[in-house]
Amino acid sequence: MSSPILKLVAQRVALGILLLLAVSVLIFAGTQVLPGDVAQSILGQAATPESLANLRAELGLNDPAYIRYFRWLGGVLTGDLGTALSSGQDIATSISGRLWNTLFLAFCAALISVPLAILLGLLAVRYRNGWVDKLISGLALASTSFPEFFIGYLLVYFFAVQWQIFPGISTVYDGMPFLERMQAIALPAAALTLVVLAQMMRMTRAAILNVMQSAYVETAELKGLSAFSIIRKHALPNAVAPIINVVMLNLAYLIVGVVVVEVIFVYPGMGQYLVDHVTKRDVPVVQAVGLIFAAVYITLNIVADIASIVANPRLRHPK
Amino acid sequence: MADKQAATDKKSNLLLDIRNLRIEGTVYPPGEPPKNIVIVHDVSLTLERGKVLGLIGESGAGKSTIGLSSMAYGRGGVRITGGEVILNGRDILKGGKQGLRKLRGHEVCYVAQSAAAAFNPAHRLMEQVVEATLLHGRATRAEAEKRAVKLFKALSLPDPEHIGERFPHQVSGGQLQRVMTAMALCSQPDLIVFDEPTTALDVTTQIDVLAAIKNAIRETGVAALYITHDLAVVAQVSDEIMVLRHGRLVEWGGTRQIIKEPRQEYTNALVSVHEIDHQEKKPGATPFLSVKNVTAAYGGGKVKVLKNVSVDIFPGQTLAVVGESGSGKSTLARAVTGLLPPEQGSITFDGRPLANKLADRPKEDLRQLQMIYQMADVAMNPRQTVATIIGRPLEFYFGMRGRERDARVAELLDKIEMGKGFGDRYPAELSGGQKQRVCIARSLAAKPKLIICDEVTSALDPLVANGILKLLLELQAEENVAYLFITHDLATVKSIADSIAVMYRGEVVRYGPKSEVLKPPFDAYTDLLLSSVPEMEMGWLEKAIKNRRMESAGN
Repeated sequence: MSSPILKLVAQRVALGILLLLAVSVLIFAGTQVLPGDVAQSILGQAATPESLANLRAELGLNDPAYIRYFRWLGGVLTGDLGTALSSGQDIATSISGRLWNTLFLAFCAALISVPLAILLGLLAVRYRNGWVDKLISGLALASTSFPEFFIGYLLVYFFAVQWQIFPGISTVYDGMPFLERMQAIALPAAALTLVVLAQMMRMTRAAILNVMQSAYVETAELKGLSAFSIIRKHALPNAVAPIINVVMLNLAYLIVGVVVVEVIFVYPGMGQYLVDHVTKRDVPVVQAVGLIFAAVYITLNIVADIASIVANPRLRHPK
Repeated sequence: MADKQAATDKKSNLLLDIRNLRIEGTVYPPGEPPKNIVIVHDVSLTLERGKVLGLIGESGAGKSTIGLSSMAYGRGGVRITGGEVILNGRDILKGGKQGLRKLRGHEVCYVAQSAAAAFNPAHRLMEQVVEATLLHGRATRAEAEKRAVKLFKALSLPDPEHIGERFPHQVSGGQLQRVMTAMALCSQPDLIVFDEPTTALDVTTQIDVLAAIKNAIRETGVAALYITHDLAVVAQVSDEIMVLRHGRLVEWGGTRQIIKEPRQEYTNALVSVHEIDHQEKKPGATPFLSVKNVTAAYGGGKVKVLKNVSVDIFPGQTLAVVGESGSGKSTLARAVTGLLPPEQGSITFDGRPLANKLADRPKEDLRQLQMIYQMADVAMNPRQTVATIIGRPLEFYFGMRGRERDARVAELLDKIEMGKGFGDRYPAELSGGQKQRVCIARSLAAKPKLIICDEVTSALDPLVANGILKLLLELQAEENVAYLFITHDLATVKSIADSIAVMYRGEVVRYGPKSEVLKPPFDAYTDLLLSSVPEMEMGWLEKAIKNRRMESAGN
């Protein structure tokens, strides 16, 4: 029964791995094209030509590009992301804590924003073209139209400075009590929620409205079902695929696009780390973070694909 | 059943009493401000318990709109603006939203034309069949499901115990239509509105569904409004028939009276439709298009849809290809036009082989083979005027420009019995029949030897379809063009064909001149096909079912 689904899922996963490999080549090639020389940046402008040559040989920089690529890829696959040039620290070690912080923030923001967006979308459909619909759409669009740094500062101004409910700087550390941690990330999570809410809500609304034209919605109406049960029971299950796709895109954004918000709230996540090292031209770190972000993006999109496939009864229950 | 008995005892046998019903809607004509139009003009009707009233008329007659008004439902934003709808002794228009929700799916149920679209693809059939029953608290889930299985059995659905576990896409169209009837019966309503329940089905399937519906009505004693445009169908199930036109009542009477002694001219036209006496032409010496042993498949050879098909078409004659959906008749057209290159076999045209692929054919071959489709409105660019649409092949094939082209367009408009004034109109401003006429003119503009007509009258009302058939026959006499006429409707075949190919599951099972194909003895399939065409005769259904030699494919 599930064999066509298994096949599709296997296909998507294989395709995802292939895509990730292609991205790794692109990232590697991109950083090779960038001007500058790793040995030079380690030793500084004052280095002698001999010491530069020695270091190049030591780092293997004289090998052809493809050999260096496979060396790097081999390292990545075994969990060795290399060493940061600027600090000399192991990248994998310094990333792991930050990646977890970013994922935690994204997870909390998703936990609020996804159900809220879908619920608001349902309400907008229920009272379509009425004032409830217009209010929901208007507020959601307004919150998306503001740039995230502006929202961030507004939140800080009101909640941290004026009313002093939440901290304006989201310091977190290992072993922090859960509630304190939640309080620390409240404002960045709220900012992220406001940024991603509108798109998911509008898509939910549009996808369900599209389905509301169907003959089976009329059938439900002629059975005497209430407006909200029609939307929930008959329209929503058939609008799942487009909703899943836009939700996943926004989840990916919550992880990958979190840079600005993390900087505003000085949150020790991947975004902060990336920005710090981009300014220092720390190529190995940029490569590692780029690859992780790409992996997150591709994984979430595969999940979206698979979820929309599974949501289709024609594929779940073939003839 | 108990309520029904009680009601009879109360001496009030009247179930539905619609008085002076007026229904209005808003139309948005292109380039003009929206305006109000009256769709139903003060129509009144009454229906007794357990009786069946047939509502009949062409599209736009308001029959569905009247049917749905018994549930106070306005489809597509139409509004009930006047009159009373009295059901079980109360005016339901005054009951408010809550009152309507209690009535829908409980006192009145609805069976839609396309059950395939009316079932939610995301839920199992049983879930949907018992939904209204549970919602209105008519039974517990176990009782409702038991009743549903009983109904599935009564409607002779295969595997009644388990068919409810399936999803809509796992069940055929004819079966879905019966499941929908079971869904309507499950909550034991007083009235069911059947809205063209068999129109979308093949004739051979229609007869089964019709018989099942008729039995179910008789056994449960439910009353029904039966809406259709096919008088022969409605004659099988109704006690009374109401003829409607342009939202007005034309005639209302007993079934026998309407079909045997119609009092109004319009009713008479409906009753006697389809009677074109077409003299068969004898096949000539050499066919100009010859399909030889063609086998074609979809999905890279996986699904064979044409198996070893051979037919000939003679100049100025009509070959009709008949069969039910999935028999491969449209695929034959696709193979001839080159849209689906055959895997084996050959097609010769004018004594030379025709390239298999469309892309390999010279422009001249493309000109000689034209096509007309079932859905005229989607076969035309909605943003081009009629003159542009008809003028396009003149420019493309003959390089005509300016006044020369305009003169020819006017000539063609004349041929399809539409005036010059239509040249500046857009397709959206035309009626269904006019749209199809424009498509005919467009294909004729190329001066082809063969026009492939794929179900060109299926989407039209009988009277309009008749006009199109007459036009096609006249044009054939004038232009000596041949038709490959694909249809599932045998009445159409009798009216237009010179030779007939009967197709069944990708094969030609019977082929020859019309008189021979339609002369007994028949093979089993042709017999089924012929005997399944409804006749305007009371009691035809029972006779046809009894005399059948072969089960239809829908079972």
